[in-house]
Amino acid sequence: MLSTDAPLIPRPEGLYCPEGDFYIDPVRPVARALITHGHADHARAGHSAVLGTQQTLDIMALRYGDGFADHRQAAEGVIEVGGVRVSFHPAGHVLGSAQIRVETRGQRVTVTGDYTRSPNAACAPWEPVPCDILVTEATFALPVFRHPDPAHEIGKLLASVAAFPARAHLVGAYALGKAQRVIMLLREAGYDAPIYIHGALQKLCDYHIAQGVPLGDLRPATVARGKKGDFAGAIVLAPPSAFAATWAQRFPDPVICFASGWMMVRARARQRGVELPLVISDHVDWPALTQTITELDPAETWVTHGREEAILRWCELESRAARPLRLVGYEDEPE
Amino acid sequence: MIGAFAHLLERLAFTPQRKGKLAHLVGYFRTRPDPERGLALAALTGDLELRAVTPSLLRGLVAERVDAELFALSYDFVGDLAETIALIWPEERGAQELPLADLIEELQRTGKTALPAVIATRLDRMTPSQRYAYLKLATGGLRVGVSARLARQALAEFGGLDLPEIEELWHGLVPPYTELFVWAEGGAKPVSAARAPFRPVMLSTPTDLEALQDLAPDEFLAEWKWDGIRVQAVSEAGTRKLYSRTGDDISAAFPDVIAAMDFEGAVDGELLIRRGAEVAPFSDLQTRLGRKTVSRKLLESHPATLRLYDLLIWEGRDWRSEPFAARRLALEQTVAGLDPARIDLSALLPFDNWKVLAALRANPPEPVIEGLMIKRRTSPYLGGRIKGHWFKWKRDPMLVDAVLLYAQRGHGKRSGYYSDFTFGLWDGDQLVPVGKAYFGFTDEELRALDRFVRNNTVDRFGPVRAVEPTKVVEVAFEGLNRSTRHKSGVAMRFPRISRLRDDKPAKEADHLSALLAMLPER
Repeated sequence: MLSTDAPLIPRPEGLYCPEGDFYIDPVRPVARALITHGHADHARAGHSAVLGTQQTLDIMALRYGDGFADHRQAAEGVIEVGGVRVSFHPAGHVLGSAQIRVETRGQRVTVTGDYTRSPNAACAPWEPVPCDILVTEATFALPVFRHPDPAHEIGKLLASVAAFPARAHLVGAYALGKAQRVIMLLREAGYDAPIYIHGALQKLCDYHIAQGVPLGDLRPATVARGKKGDFAGAIVLAPPSAFAATWAQRFPDPVICFASGWMMVRARARQRGVELPLVISDHVDWPALTQTITELDPAETWVTHGREEAILRWCELESRAARPLRLVGYEDEPE
Repeated sequence: MIGAFAHLLERLAFTPQRKGKLAHLVGYFRTRPDPERGLALAALTGDLELRAVTPSLLRGLVAERVDAELFALSYDFVGDLAETIALIWPEERGAQELPLADLIEELQRTGKTALPAVIATRLDRMTPSQRYAYLKLATGGLRVGVSARLARQALAEFGGLDLPEIEELWHGLVPPYTELFVWAEGGAKPVSAARAPFRPVMLSTPTDLEALQDLAPDEFLAEWKWDGIRVQAVSEAGTRKLYSRTGDDISAAFPDVIAAMDFEGAVDGELLIRRGAEVAPFSDLQTRLGRKTVSRKLLESHPATLRLYDLLIWEGRDWRSEPFAARRLALEQTVAGLDPARIDLSALLPFDNWKVLAALRANPPEPVIEGLMIKRRTSPYLGGRIKGHWFKWKRDPMLVDAVLLYAQRGHGKRSGYYSDFTFGLWDGDQLVPVGKAYFGFTDEELRALDRFVRNNTVDRFGPVRAVEPTKVVEVAFEGLNRSTRHKSGVAMRFPRISRLRDDKPAKEADHLSALLAMLPER
């Protein structure tokens, strides 16, 4: 276990900074919370004071209503929190996502939150944040995860749409981040037809457009005229949970697609009844994770959540100091 | 190229519907050149002769490149050896598109000691998806849910060809089947060079008493429909073959029948396990199926026999254009010279009107009878299922009233609908699962069942929902076998939901004992 004078300490509430008396991404309500990004398992309602990027605060307000915290502050530049210098840096994960650097007890600590280094047109790109201690996520920390170029995956989707013009393509994508990334990938591939979206995606897509992410022509996936043929050849985005609902019954012989880093593993894709897996991930894969550790070259690497055994083993093979924090309460890939 | 083949395997593996698989295969045959498409076809039909690469060889290869602990963690997560290796293999010196033919030829040609190094070199220059396809090819077993017949069906659809004609030719051709693709693209039909080839089997269409009223009884002959496996036994110029009705060569599993085929010709009949005069239930035959070799013990305990229906070729003469009545007479004369313990004749049933047949059908002398076959006296032997010649009049299905227990969502047109159902019967005050059904109901009934599942879910296990045990359905099935693989000890054949019994409360559903009583006697 970490000693009590460590710069950050894992607690049941989340990762705690004793000197500054704040938590990063706490999973229970706390007095002072620093939030890396707006996914529900990292950004929860009910904290007294919240510090996050303006976009993360906006997203939390969209999800939980304006009263999600008593006090909130938008992170800009270097901020003192309880005498500790903190700064937010883009993480490339979703709109507003940030890594948080904390300078405390003589150490520079970078908490990555969730991050990806592959290009993501729906948000600002990841930046390297030099540090003494790197606190990293490990969602896809197995050497089998080498995520392909997302443009290639979108190519598979477009090829399938061309091959099955009478069928609707239902793409499962989480409402914050993945959905907009998939839309942007489609637009970058030259697909300018209307894209249909499930109602659960509307608010966040509108927000992205307002923030200058050009998602193009989006339309609600409702059957106004009650004809299944309306969606023949269409691309429809929905949260994966919608596929289990009667909602999915309105589409003509749909091709079920799912955009996720897990889709690399066939059994995972089959288990979900996916017909067209699209390996599109908003997390670092194995090469990017090991590259990050190598480049930042921290004195210590701490692993927050995910598959930590493999990355700890890799650090051991590389003679790098590393430890698991075993934080609980974070999902593999949040909804 | 290996990349295109890898892409095909990927699409097939993720496409659950038969129609979708066919579309992928047809698209592949249309766009890929020879010999690649023919080799892919051979890989799917299991006709590619490859030295089997063992899992231990692959483990050895990967151990040289990847830390054992990292590999073990990855394998645990992925669950499939070839897939784990395909994903974890480190060197990517830029993928190289190699012709499928070169890779297959190399695997066939390379000796056992040189094989690991050759495979490793190839893996170095492939993408993960290519590595997966290559390793699946090398280890045999593609596991993409495509039967040999479905692959040939796709070829038939691609070329607008007749599937039985392809099946007839199949055994005389070898990969990469270039002449088949020439034919499919409008060229000449290939000539089969096979010895003892398969001929397309004549199939029947269903009938019932009402439909029979339009036919004149004296124009027909009738016999029992035996519940075994329809086969074609061919013995020509010293070569003996036993084919299933889809043209699969099953000779290896039935050396006792092969040995008894002391004739020159091709005959049509039913494969049955028979002990003396008594025909054993279908499940006894199942234990003999799919084997590469058969133990002496099994040959003695489960003797396989032929019961002949028809004669196609006899001593060089093709009888297929002759009327059935004439073929039948010839068959009766020829069977006389064969070992009656192994090969006998399916007897004709005397009748002069359909009512007499109906009475026979209602009360068959043996349990291993599925119903009646009614054949037009004047019909030639025609490959395929051509209407108006042969009719099957099956026994009424067996029925039980069962309670729905679990439901799972379907695919394709049934996306979003709970359409795969597990049902159970009472055993004391417990409901035990006895089978699964995913057809038989109308679209309207499906909507009702889907609604019921959604409103009465009590538990979820991944994609499966457990439902309140209140919905009674009538399950129809064609037969019942003992099974050690099922908790209830029995397995239904072709179970389907024939009716919703909303009039029946769950406690009035059938008991397991009622089902067990339907088992054929041992």
